[in-house]
Amino acid sequence: MTALHFEPGELPPEAEELRLEVRDFLAEAMATVSVDLRARNWTAWNSEFSRKLGERGWIGMTWPKKYGGSERSFLERYVLLEELLAAGAPVGFHWIADRQSGPLILRFGTEEQRKSILPGITRGETAFGIGMSEPNSGSDLASVRTKATKVDGGYLINGSKIWTSGAHMANYLVALFRTSSSDEDRHNGLTQFLVDMKNTNGIDVRPIRNMTGDHDFNQVFFEDAFIPETMRVGNEGDGWKQVTTELAFERSGPERYLSSFPLVKEVVGEAGQDPSEREAIGIGRMIARAATFREMSLSVSGMLEAGKNPNIEAAVMKELGVGFEQKIPGMAHDLFGASPRLSHGSDFETTMAYITQANVSFSLRGGTREIVRGIIARGLGMR
Amino acid sequence: MSELREILGETVTRLFADLCTKDLLEKADAGEWPQELWTTVVENGLSQPLLPEEKGGVGAGWQAAYVILHAAGRYAAPIPLAETVLAGWLLDQAGMDVPEGVLSVVPDVAGISLSTSGGIAGDALNVPWAARADYLVGLARQDGGLAVYLAPKEAFTATADQNIARDPRDAVRFDGTAQVATAPASFNAETLRLYGAMVRSAQMAGALERILEDTLEYTGDRTQFGKPIGKFQVIQQNLAMTAAEIAAAVMAAQNAFRAAEQGTPDFEAACAKVLAGDAAGVATDICHETHGAIGFTYEHHLHFFTRRLWSWRGEFGAETEWAERLGRRVAARGPDALWSDITARQSANV
Repeated sequence: MTALHFEPGELPPEAEELRLEVRDFLAEAMATVSVDLRARNWTAWNSEFSRKLGERGWIGMTWPKKYGGSERSFLERYVLLEELLAAGAPVGFHWIADRQSGPLILRFGTEEQRKSILPGITRGETAFGIGMSEPNSGSDLASVRTKATKVDGGYLINGSKIWTSGAHMANYLVALFRTSSSDEDRHNGLTQFLVDMKNTNGIDVRPIRNMTGDHDFNQVFFEDAFIPETMRVGNEGDGWKQVTTELAFERSGPERYLSSFPLVKEVVGEAGQDPSEREAIGIGRMIARAATFREMSLSVSGMLEAGKNPNIEAAVMKELGVGFEQKIPGMAHDLFGASPRLSHGSDFETTMAYITQANVSFSLRGGTREIVRGIIARGLGMR
Repeated sequence: MSELREILGETVTRLFADLCTKDLLEKADAGEWPQELWTTVVENGLSQPLLPEEKGGVGAGWQAAYVILHAAGRYAAPIPLAETVLAGWLLDQAGMDVPEGVLSVVPDVAGISLSTSGGIAGDALNVPWAARADYLVGLARQDGGLAVYLAPKEAFTATADQNIARDPRDAVRFDGTAQVATAPASFNAETLRLYGAMVRSAQMAGALERILEDTLEYTGDRTQFGKPIGKFQVIQQNLAMTAAEIAAAVMAAQNAFRAAEQGTPDFEAACAKVLAGDAAGVATDICHETHGAIGFTYEHHLHFFTRRLWSWRGEFGAETEWAERLGRRVAARGPDALWSDITARQSANV
C-alpha cells in the first residue's frame, strides 16, 4: 500500500512572530464583528475586513511580489489562516481567491492574467467564486455540460452553474466548461475560464437561499455569454487536470477542521471552569482531536512548502477535519441539551443555532465525504 | 524524519519481521519466553535507547524510542521492551544506575509504600512481565515525598496472570522484608502514567498500521461475487475512514514523542492515548468485520494485533481518563486561553 505519511512539522521563528502580529490585529479588528458573523467564519463576506488584511500583505502572501504578493512561506500563511479561523474572522470575501483561484492563475494563467488580476486579489478588492457544479453534475464533475463554443476572438457560453457561493458578489468566477463533447473527451474536453461577472453580457445570477436563511449560493445562467480567448486558463482540454490540482488546495487547509471552532470555544465557556465529568470528557476528546488535526494540517502545509503534492493527505485531512467539525453541535447538544433561541439567545445559543444547521453543508463543499473517501481508497491502492 | 531514524526504522523492522513469526507469537501465547528475540533486541542496543552511552545506552532520544516501540507494536513483539525502556528512563531521571536485564514497571503508585531505609511493602495487580523481570521499577511515597525504587526479583513474589493479549500481567507482592535502592523522584505521581500512556500509544500506532495493511492485502485477495472485495465501494469507504483515524493516531503518537524529546509531553501524550484508543476502537471493528469469520479464528494472525490493541487501549489509562484530564485542564484555563494554549504547545517546541 501507499502509506499515508504525515511528518510532524515545525514552524520557523518568523511564523511565530507573524502569529503575534495577527493576534494584535485581530484584537482590534474583531471587536466590532458580531457573534453571527463569527459563527459563519470563512464563509462570511466582508470586503472591508478583507481590505484591511490586504493592506497588511496578508492576502496572496506566498505569491511573487510582482503580482502584489509578499513572497512569504506556506508556513507563515498557515499561521495566518489558523489565527483568522480560530477567531472566527469574516474572511469569505477573499478566501476562495487566496486559497485556490489565485494559485490556479499563478500556475496555469497567462502573464497578462496574472498582472491584471492577482494584484486586486492581494488588495482585498477582487473576489472569486467557483463555477464547477451544474444542476446535473455534482459529485460526477466530469459530466458537466455547460458549453463553450469557439467563435472569433473567444467563446460563447451556454448552460448554467449551480451552488456557486458568492456569485452575486464576486468579480470573477473560475468556471469549468465543456469545449468538446465527444464521448472520448469526457475528461479531455473540459477547459477552465475566468468569467468577468461585472462586465459580461448574457449572465443571469439567481439567488438560492439555503436552509439557514442565508443567501450564499446561486444558480448562474449563461446565454450566449461571450468570453474573450485571453480569459481562458491553460490550454483547451486541460481543465480536468487543473481542477484536480485546485481541489487539493480546496481540501487541505485548516478551515477543514476549524469552521466550528467558534462553537468549540463557546462549549468550553458553557462548561465553566469546573466542568462535570461528562463535560470534561467531551471537551477533552474534542481538544485532543483538534490539537492533532492541527499538527496534520501543519504537516500538509510543510509538504506544500517542500514542493510536494499532498493530494491524498489533503483528502485525509478533509475526512478527519470535517468529521470533527460536524460532531461539535451534536456534542454540545449531548452536554447541554440546548435548544437555541434565534433572537435573544446567548453567544453560545447563537453560534450553536447557526452551526447546527450549517453543519450539514460542511461535508458537501469541496467534495462529499463519499467522494473524499474514494480518493483516500485510491491512495490506499484499492482502486 | 531524520536519516538516522529512517535507518533505525529499517533495522528494527527487519529484526522484528525476521523473529516475530506466527510460530513465535503462538508459543508466547502458550507461555514460552522468546529468549532469542529478547537477546537480539538487547544485543542490537534497542532495549535502552534513551540512556546516555556512559550508562550503557545509546543516547538516542525519545523520537528514536518511538521508532523502536512502533516497530515492536507492528510485529506484536511479546517482550517487555516498552517496559524496559520506561523503567530505564525512570531510573535515569532519578539519577540511579540502570542494571542490565529484563526490567518492568509497577504501574500502581498508591498501593506500594517505602520506609526511610528502603523497606518496600504492598501489592500491585497488572504488573507487566513481573515473573520474567530481573528488576521492577516503580514510584512510591517515601518520607512524605515521592521516590523511584529499583526492586530485584528477590524482593517480590509474582503470581502469574495475563491480559487478553496473553502477555503477562502479574500480581506482585512486596512483603516488607526486602530493602531496595531508592532515590527521590523529580516529577509527580502522574508522570509514570503519562509516559506509560505514551509508550503504549507508539505500540498501538504500529499495531494499527499493521492491521490496516493486512486488511488491505486481504481485500485484494479475497474474492466474492466475482471480484476482490476491495473493489466494493462500501469496503473502500470503511477502510478509507479507518485509515484516516489511524493516520491521526500515528500523528498524535509521533507528536507526543517529539514533545518528550523537547520537554514534558503532558498535553501531547494525553492526546496520543485518546487518539490511539479511539482509532483502536474503529480499526479493530472494521478490520475484523472485513476479514469475516477467518479473522475470528485462532489460526489467522489478525488477533495477535487486535488483542494487543484492546489490552493496550486500557493500560495506563483509557481514552476517557485522558480526555477527562485534558478537559479539566482546558476548562480551568477558560475559552479565551484555548486557542493560544493549543498553539503554544507547538511553538514551545520550535
